[in-house]
Amino acid sequence: MFYREAGQFKASYQEDQQIFTIRQDRVGFWAILAFFFLAVPAFANQYWLQAILTPVLIFSLAAIGLNILTGYAGQLSLGSAAFMAVGAFGAYNFMLRIDGMPFIVAIILGGLCAAAVGILFGLPSLRIKGFYLAVATLAAQFFIVWALVKFPWFSNHSSSGVITTQEIVIFGFAFDSPEKKYLISLAIVAVLALLAKNLVRSTTGRAWMAVRDMDVAAEVIGIRPMRTKLQAFAVSSFYCGVAGALYGYTYLGTVEPEGFNLDLSFKILFMIIIGGVGSIMGSFLGAAFIVLLPIFLNVAMHSTLGGAVPASLAANLELIIFGGLIIFFLIVEPHGLARLWQIGKEKLRLWPFPH
Amino acid sequence: MKLKTTVLLGAAVAGLLATGYAAAQQQQFIGLPSYRVGPYASGGSGIYGGWIDYMTLINERDGGINGVKLAWEECETEYNNARGVECYERLKGKGTTGNSVFQPLSTGITYSVLDRVAQDKIPLVTMGYGRTDAADGRVFPWVFPLITTYWSQASAIVNYIGTKEGGMDKLKGKKIALLYHDSAYGKESHAIMDKLAAKHGFEVLKIAVAHPGNEQQSQWLQIRQSKPDYVVLWGWGVMNPTALRTAQRTGFPREKMVGVWWSGAEEDTIPAGDAAKGYTSAGFNVAGANYPVIKDIDKFVYGKSKGNMEDKSRLGSVYYNRGVVHGIITVEAIRTAQEKFGKGKPLTGEQVRWGFEHLKIDDKKLAALGATGFMPDLNVTCADHEGAGKVKFQQWDGAKWKVVTDWVEGDKPLVRGMIEESAAAYAKEKGITPRDCSKES
Repeated sequence: MFYREAGQFKASYQEDQQIFTIRQDRVGFWAILAFFFLAVPAFANQYWLQAILTPVLIFSLAAIGLNILTGYAGQLSLGSAAFMAVGAFGAYNFMLRIDGMPFIVAIILGGLCAAAVGILFGLPSLRIKGFYLAVATLAAQFFIVWALVKFPWFSNHSSSGVITTQEIVIFGFAFDSPEKKYLISLAIVAVLALLAKNLVRSTTGRAWMAVRDMDVAAEVIGIRPMRTKLQAFAVSSFYCGVAGALYGYTYLGTVEPEGFNLDLSFKILFMIIIGGVGSIMGSFLGAAFIVLLPIFLNVAMHSTLGGAVPASLAANLELIIFGGLIIFFLIVEPHGLARLWQIGKEKLRLWPFPH
Repeated sequence: MKLKTTVLLGAAVAGLLATGYAAAQQQQFIGLPSYRVGPYASGGSGIYGGWIDYMTLINERDGGINGVKLAWEECETEYNNARGVECYERLKGKGTTGNSVFQPLSTGITYSVLDRVAQDKIPLVTMGYGRTDAADGRVFPWVFPLITTYWSQASAIVNYIGTKEGGMDKLKGKKIALLYHDSAYGKESHAIMDKLAAKHGFEVLKIAVAHPGNEQQSQWLQIRQSKPDYVVLWGWGVMNPTALRTAQRTGFPREKMVGVWWSGAEEDTIPAGDAAKGYTSAGFNVAGANYPVIKDIDKFVYGKSKGNMEDKSRLGSVYYNRGVVHGIITVEAIRTAQEKFGKGKPLTGEQVRWGFEHLKIDDKKLAALGATGFMPDLNVTCADHEGAGKVKFQQWDGAKWKVVTDWVEGDKPLVRGMIEESAAAYAKEKGITPRDCSKES
């Protein structure tokens, strides 16, 4: 009834090409942005800002990165966490070694480092596909973490290999409180997400999808597979790198190479699978799901079961429920949360009439 | 379509959370960021089990600390930094006075919350792990690497080897292999071993083992070829039993192997079978259930079926006893703080910090606690947040750990010098002005 496009006409190409073609969507989008930019920092408490929302945003960005590579370009990768590490250590070293390096530039440079490394480890994708490629990117995962531990230069010769990130200062304004750190993460993530959304709708994105769906056919219609695949690796690693830098600067404050282990790569992979492969929106939903569910289960376990069951059993139960829920989700909706959202929207457009 | 269920679910969750918050009143709250699943669960369950049992003992036997009962809540970190930060944020505001102490039992989480604890005024206790240079309390007022640090331990191990050889001067020309876990934790040993090698004239052979460490053939081949006099095992988790088994296969005598305290628990030796026989390891607490404090836990806690351990036979194991040490130190710090800030009321994190900084546990106190010989005596000051720096060496006889030395101290001036140097570098990097300890009360 309320969510219907009747009467909304598109009179120009521009109107036809916008991201949200329905007015209600546009209003909703701006309302959500305004909510997260204005209402959340004003009303949310420190715990929510610092321990929940900031990591969700950062993981969303990493998930967008992997989604570009796996969801849009069809190249399986298990190295996302390693590219995050490159971004984090890259940004740290740029800030450390170049006087007066602006924070935003350092983050972008960190992302570019990750992009370069991503291209390097994307080279095998020209010859191998699917699971074989996933195994090849595992090499990136192990090699990068090993290199960061092995060469103390990366961590500025810290005795334990852990880096403590510098303060975030932009134009003399220090981003030191949880609210400010949340806001800067949100701003960067929002800009990059919008960029990604436009990228996948453009020629580049269509080329990625053509290569994903059938690379031989894509080559026949004039898409250069090598360039396209490496481009996907570069863009994807850039996103992961920026996410890694934010992870260090706005979330943890200190990072060690082991923090970017295979577990984290898997987690990001789960995020896109749960959220929806090949969907920017799904990256956000998946990241929120994977970050929030264990925390929710942990809190719920402690307040409900409390002393009733042994703590180690409760901790294991959490894992069991978490795994069970993921399986349940994938059976109910194999295309992820983004698909559920899409179905919901379609139903709304028809509501209250079923046909 | 599912609006109703969502609202109902949300309301239910909110209700649960509210009851959880309301429960703690006039209690000293202690947040426990534990790990009972994940790769290091065997250590985590033992240590947190022991710690919780000790706090239960205080509540059950003594009715709390001067009448203030202890309350705690666990938060599962899975030994993961991000989860650890979430736990820290979740627990910090709980209880009437907030979280009084944070002991994450993970070097990674320690680093991640290092800046946060200073802002939130919550003491961070890292017993036997974490940032070694935090022992300089002038630069790190909120961090307490109590009892002993990695550097003190390495130095104590070298001293122990020296006495075994019949004097420190006998170390000249000897060769010591350092078989370490290739991670931040393993690398903590490098700087101090190099210093000690230069001082005593022995040679250090550093051999890295990649995580997790269940493949060590090439490393032990290298050891066989270079024939070191001793092997210092700086391992963690599955790396330890593998090292012992591979040593047996290579024919390296286990009597010449000395482990650090994360390589010296039953979880390390029992899987290695008889390959572990004769192996010695350092520890800042000893194994054994024959101490009055453990007997009290058995009587007052398990006697009332309030114990935390599922497997009661782990009482008296190295990790369990280490948990009890965590409990003793936390409780005594709160007791010390209560003497200054008023008995019988819950204290804030800042007040408990004072308690940690003035913590004195001498032999008399240890006897009163039923822990003579169980842990070293402790004297924490404003400048020295380590307090003891002593370890005992235990040898595995095939069935249990046997204490073979008294408390062994490291080369204190050397270690302290390195700590101060490193802390000063940190202070400079961060722009911290060290406190003047002569002006502190």
